[in-house]
Amino acid sequence: MEFGLSQEQRMVVDTVRSFVERELYPLENEVERTALVPRELGREIQDKVRALGFYAPNIPREFDGGGLDHLTFTLLERELGRTSMALSVFWGRPSNILCACNEDQHARYLSPSVRGEKIDALAMSEPDAGSDVRGMKAFARREGDDYVITGAKHFISHADIADFVIVFVATGEEETPAGPKKRITCFLIDRDTPGFEIRPGYRAVSHRGYHNGILAFDECRVSANQILGEEGNGFDMANTWLYATRLTVAAMCVGRARRCFDLCVDWAARRRQFGQPIGRFQGVSFKLADMATEIDAADWLTLAAAWRLDQGLDANRQIAQAKLYASEMLARVTDAAVQIFGGMGLMDDLPIERFWRDARVERIWDGTSEIQRHIIARDLLRPLGA
Amino acid sequence: MKVFVAVKRVIDYNVKVRVKADGTGVETANVKMSMNPFDEIGVEEALRLREAGKAEEVVAVGLGPRQCQETIRTALAMGADRGIHVKTDAELQPLAVAKLLKAVIEEERPGLVILGKQAIDDDSSQTGQMTAALLGWPQATFASRLDIGNESARVTREVDGGLETVDVKMPCVVTTDLRLNEPRYASLPNIMKAKKKPIDEKTPEELGVDAAPRLETLRVTEPPGREAGIKVESVAELVDKLRNEAGVI
Repeated sequence: MEFGLSQEQRMVVDTVRSFVERELYPLENEVERTALVPRELGREIQDKVRALGFYAPNIPREFDGGGLDHLTFTLLERELGRTSMALSVFWGRPSNILCACNEDQHARYLSPSVRGEKIDALAMSEPDAGSDVRGMKAFARREGDDYVITGAKHFISHADIADFVIVFVATGEEETPAGPKKRITCFLIDRDTPGFEIRPGYRAVSHRGYHNGILAFDECRVSANQILGEEGNGFDMANTWLYATRLTVAAMCVGRARRCFDLCVDWAARRRQFGQPIGRFQGVSFKLADMATEIDAADWLTLAAAWRLDQGLDANRQIAQAKLYASEMLARVTDAAVQIFGGMGLMDDLPIERFWRDARVERIWDGTSEIQRHIIARDLLRPLGA
Repeated sequence: MKVFVAVKRVIDYNVKVRVKADGTGVETANVKMSMNPFDEIGVEEALRLREAGKAEEVVAVGLGPRQCQETIRTALAMGADRGIHVKTDAELQPLAVAKLLKAVIEEERPGLVILGKQAIDDDSSQTGQMTAALLGWPQATFASRLDIGNESARVTREVDGGLETVDVKMPCVVTTDLRLNEPRYASLPNIMKAKKKPIDEKTPEELGVDAAPRLETLRVTEPPGREAGIKVESVAELVDKLRNEAGVI
């Protein structure tokens, strides 16, 4: 067993950390204040990352991406998790599912995404279909060589800056042994397609400046060439390409928790009450001990799941465990951080309240904690026929 | 021309350094270590010389325990061509480093040696000067600009009260100041290439250098706490205090 990082991995971590600390931390307060990253600033970040050869690090080298393995990419995500998602989104990591592009789509979507010329967003959730993905109502009917899409998607992360959206919609229904099921198909929809509109979404308490959008499809006609994969296999595509992205959430939670924790340790050593540093009081020191232990536990769960992916081992349960534990860990750690900082922990002079707010969504998006527990339990019980 | 750069492994500049409870030094356990920022500037300058066609090879030299290889490797990931690691677990003081560097430099015969003007851990600012003296080479310290000519280097130095420009014959030793350049990050392709670049290992014994410490550290203490500032009522009062109390304008 090897627990250390390779020299390459260490340098990737150091470089990303340095970039985040030097280039992105100084921008955070303005992003929090304005809830906006101007597009020119976003492009500047993209340009810098591209110049470093770090753009699209998750995409294989054969498609001109950085070609990092899952473990190294997870380490990179962990460092990006330290900063605001409104900023780190410009460190482009195109959705892995674009690797399923056919030759024509490759030229129109994957390559420009890897080069940073286009930004993708991914659309699954609907107002009436959250965890119940198959309950989606957005529908595409076939008309000759075209499909005509009607319906709506919401909670679509960074749709506001997307040039195209990877959209999952129903294209029919089929009988299965478990009863009728919707056939789900994945489409690539350009931002300026007639009948398609990207509207501003809701104002969220978490990740200010990292906007969600609402997608409205009103008789939106697209050619069958816009299907990613094949008609009806959208669910399989999502399972093949997207389940590993949950690991990103876990890794980012660990990175953010570490940043928050470092501030807490420093504060516990400096802040004096009753004539001594508050870290000397067990009420604080035991909190720190628990925080450090939980962060390490989440870190190892996450890295171990990434390692399994690289080894070609089953990792579905391990990824769900990492996402579940890391996101719930972040909630506990940031809550304890507010307590350690006391009143100042709630003021926007410090980033603690932001970490606490941002932590809340991590238990919801990319599969709620409940869905992760369902995946874990199913993996345990299904082989036993239960 | 071959350019030599020395790279020192120090506590990262973002880390809040803490004095050990027993006063024998500073805490380094579980502390992030990085390349000395002034050495990063040195590596960057050497790389720019190579990119401008003024140098053919950039060699990064590191001295110290096994972990120093990480720092040398970082220089290779920034773009240096190869590394030399003088491996020792002994405490290295500026004179010992200068003697070791002299030994390596005499073996390799570079045309230019670039060092940081100081390391951010002990802030001695001695190694560059001592190295030049031991070699009998010209030195130009605290460089904010470096122009390489045919047989000499023109160096702009940051000195009290302004800038001083000197011409030094090469080979020479130059130490970097903060404003010489802004060092690059290691790029992903270079990180992946760095592994394949060679690092030669040497020891002080092989180089015939006595690296034993000559200085004894008696005690390390925290600097005194900063006193509280004051608020002024008006710009006029501020100017008055700056002129008459602080004496800075």
